[in-house]
Amino acid sequence: MASSRDDFVIAIRSAFLKKSYQQKFSLLTLIFLSLIIIVLGSFNLKAIQLFKVGINEVVYRSSFIVSVPENYIKKLNLQFTEHMELFDNYKKNEILLNDLKKKKLSNDFLELENKKLRELINESIQSKDIYAKVLVDRDSPYLKSIILNKGSKDKVKLGMAIVDDIYLVGKVIEVNYTNSRVLLLSDLNSKIPVLLEPKDVHAVVSGTGKNYGVIEYTKDEYDQEADESETIVYTSGYGGLFKPGLPIGKIIKDKNSKKNIVNFFSDFRQLDYVKIVSYVVESKY
Amino acid sequence: MSSLNKDTFLRSLLFYFPTLILFLSVLNEIDLNYLNIEYFSFNFVYILIFYWTLKNANYLGYGSIFISGLINDVVIGTPIGISSFCFLLICAVTAYLRNITITPHFINDWISLLFTILLVNSIQALALDLIFSFEVNYMKYFINTGFTFIFYPLFLFIFDSLERKIKIKKND
Repeated sequence: MASSRDDFVIAIRSAFLKKSYQQKFSLLTLIFLSLIIIVLGSFNLKAIQLFKVGINEVVYRSSFIVSVPENYIKKLNLQFTEHMELFDNYKKNEILLNDLKKKKLSNDFLELENKKLRELINESIQSKDIYAKVLVDRDSPYLKSIILNKGSKDKVKLGMAIVDDIYLVGKVIEVNYTNSRVLLLSDLNSKIPVLLEPKDVHAVVSGTGKNYGVIEYTKDEYDQEADESETIVYTSGYGGLFKPGLPIGKIIKDKNSKKNIVNFFSDFRQLDYVKIVSYVVESKY
Repeated sequence: MSSLNKDTFLRSLLFYFPTLILFLSVLNEIDLNYLNIEYFSFNFVYILIFYWTLKNANYLGYGSIFISGLINDVVIGTPIGISSFCFLLICAVTAYLRNITITPHFINDWISLLFTILLVNSIQALALDLIFSFEVNYMKYFINTGFTFIFYPLFLFIFDSLERKIKIKKND
């Protein structure tokens, strides 16, 4: 009995403390080191933040380089699919183009009217765009995020809006010297104040961890109203973080759950280049 | 002379192949641990670490495993140190198994893998949920554990043939 317990202790001791000729550290040392890193990581100390930024800089760049062949294959596959669907897409786009031409006419008028009204109340929106390349867009079960190649040296700040063409895709949550991490709208922790048009209802779009969002904090009758007509989701600009009027997505009914979900305009899995947008509302009063 | 150099290079490449694959899988954008497919995912890194450290700890150094864990945390966005801790726990189990096993048997290793990943995933999920307040889907962890266990024989077959090649090259 005592000898089997001794064997167990010897095996455990050997597993944790024994180093072979090529190992520089014992297992126990490294386990303690990881525990120390976990504990220190939860403190917001300057030195730890700098250490984290350093690691992020190296890892993000390396991850980008390592993923080059895979991204090339992905791109080839996408090009091939697009090529195969060329004719169908052409037909669809032709119809869409005619529709858009009609809408553009009324849109031009609205833009002019909006400009005049802003001049009337002496208010103007100054926005500044920074173009950035997506370095890493690896999906994770914990965080829906992308890494951009612009950081604090390019004057990127926490909370800045990220736009794909004209569609909002997320906000900056971590800034390093030459790169930054963006929390996508689809992340569980993402909450954006929005305006549902044409009903003019204020709400919040929350991420679900999947490729769609849900509407939160609205009146109960909203759900029934949404069924009747097409509803587009825009940023409301509340909280001063995002420029008002950035399109986010369209509300559709989910076939499985029979609930209203926000279908994002931008496909977050195919982001190559994005714009980092900062804006200021200037009032002359 | 040139063939001798080529052979040495090939031998080193084969010897460091597990380390290379480990770093590629944590740095690469394709994450087999999260394939975005409903009810399907498996942890390739766990299989890799379990197999190679169980065979011989020299194939995959503990230092490399520790660093790959840190990289994994940065890339997937979990608190730094969590993955290193989990990877090293697997190493601890395999080191213990190596010490108590005289004649290795596939079934024993396979069952041990199940217990190891159940232990490691439980620790990881609980730490993320209770300490770091991450939204954790326990069902996904359960499915992931199941598929990692199921896929082990497939990778065992591949890694076994690779290990044989490494041994042959080493003895040349």
